[in-house]
Amino acid sequence: MSRTAENYRGYNFAYLDEQTKRMIRRAILKAIAIPGYQVPFASREMPMPYGWGTGGVQVTAAILGPSDVLKVIDQGADDTTNAVSIRQFFEKTAGVETTTETEKATVIQTRHRIPEAKLQGHQVLVYQVPIPEPLRFLEPRETETRTLHALAEYGLMHVRLYEDIAQHGHIAKTYDYPVLVAHRYVMAPSPIPKFDNPKMHESAALQLFGAGREKRIYAIPPHTKVVSLDFEDHPFEATKFEQPCALCGATDSYLDEVITDDKGGRMFVCSDTHHCESRRAEGHVGRLGTPAAPVTEAAE
Amino acid sequence: MSLAGFDNPVLDQQATFRAVMQALAEPGRILPAGARVGDASPLGPVARAIALSLLDFEVQFHLAPSLAEAEGDITFHTGSRRTDRRDDAEFAFVTLARDALDLAAYAQGTPDYPDRSTTVIIKVESLAGGPAMTIRGPGIAGTRRLEIPGLPADFAAQWAANAGRAPLGVDLIFVTNEAVLGLPRSTRIIEEAR
Repeated sequence: MSRTAENYRGYNFAYLDEQTKRMIRRAILKAIAIPGYQVPFASREMPMPYGWGTGGVQVTAAILGPSDVLKVIDQGADDTTNAVSIRQFFEKTAGVETTTETEKATVIQTRHRIPEAKLQGHQVLVYQVPIPEPLRFLEPRETETRTLHALAEYGLMHVRLYEDIAQHGHIAKTYDYPVLVAHRYVMAPSPIPKFDNPKMHESAALQLFGAGREKRIYAIPPHTKVVSLDFEDHPFEATKFEQPCALCGATDSYLDEVITDDKGGRMFVCSDTHHCESRRAEGHVGRLGTPAAPVTEAAE
Repeated sequence: MSLAGFDNPVLDQQATFRAVMQALAEPGRILPAGARVGDASPLGPVARAIALSLLDFEVQFHLAPSLAEAEGDITFHTGSRRTDRRDDAEFAFVTLARDALDLAAYAQGTPDYPDRSTTVIIKVESLAGGPAMTIRGPGIAGTRRLEIPGLPADFAAQWAANAGRAPLGVDLIFVTNEAVLGLPRSTRIIEEAR
């Protein structure tokens, strides 16, 4: 306790005031009870701009306790600006232990990725969501989309996917690919690559989604059916990569393209930095990777 | 009679909420309550901890007749208002052994806003040892057994009606003096022991 008290001097634990936390907590409970339904909540201004994860931060602040271990990723990476800032934010305001190891974390806040390691039942995955309404670009009126959800009328979305097939020969949407949750609500999974969609299905971990600017919270309980929308003759297919990770040789992870020079040189590496690092520590080496130094030598 | 609130309101409320959150995320699983406060309350220490953690001036609560004495205590600690109308309450408190349970009488939400429904906190003696029911739904890998003793004879029928209203309907949180168990509207009873 003393360590915590030291760290959040001047702020309430995890920054938010208790009344705000109660309001968010009530919304989270409803979101879990109605999988995929977007619960409106009184999103607060946070000490960061909209678009930097204000929704995710509020959800994390409302659930976080002193015994939690927090991991924050941005596009799979633990070491990018957004991830580092949010991790430091909670180190300062809540004094919680943070980690970059997926397996050690109890709460993982994420922007646009699901970790490659299979999540467990005691873990909670908190997504930062920019546009929570999957129908928004098809129907701008909130009153109308609300009615469409009430009637489970999702024809618009199927037409949108069909138009892709008509124009491109396949469904061209590669991220924020819409899903049907527990046979009822069509839901935006936040801009995760469609590569990650299958990981949401029957995940052992609770998944919470927070959209700060749009003021919505929604959830997928553990072990819930999450189906990516598709057609019988055009089934959903997760993205596949033609080559393995250049650093760790993984063939089953989501890859980022990295430009290496101005002569067209490029490499593909794991977007999940922890996954890549732990594979290299296990001795896996990719095309451009160097064998990982044993831990004892690295320390010197 | 006045009862004290939490020793450490911030952390005790968080622990209480996390237990309730996990209970609704894993329906039918018996979980230790996050915190207990005020053994002498007619609500019991766990239901009272939930009241003190989730209620405030933004919501109204309803008390079943057996718990009427708890009004002053809840109002004092939370600033929440008691309502006589069950369909006006965000939270309701019931003692299973002493009050009638009528799930349809509470707020069910609306098709546009299914979240505007009542969360019913039900005080029970025990969460295990009763006639077994098999449940399934989001939050449950396969199926799970529910064995709450003392449920009314028509509970399965009431719950089927509640499920029939999905995504509308009420969510239940059963509490003993030590543990919590969640039954959100998304859970289905698929088999009932006779």
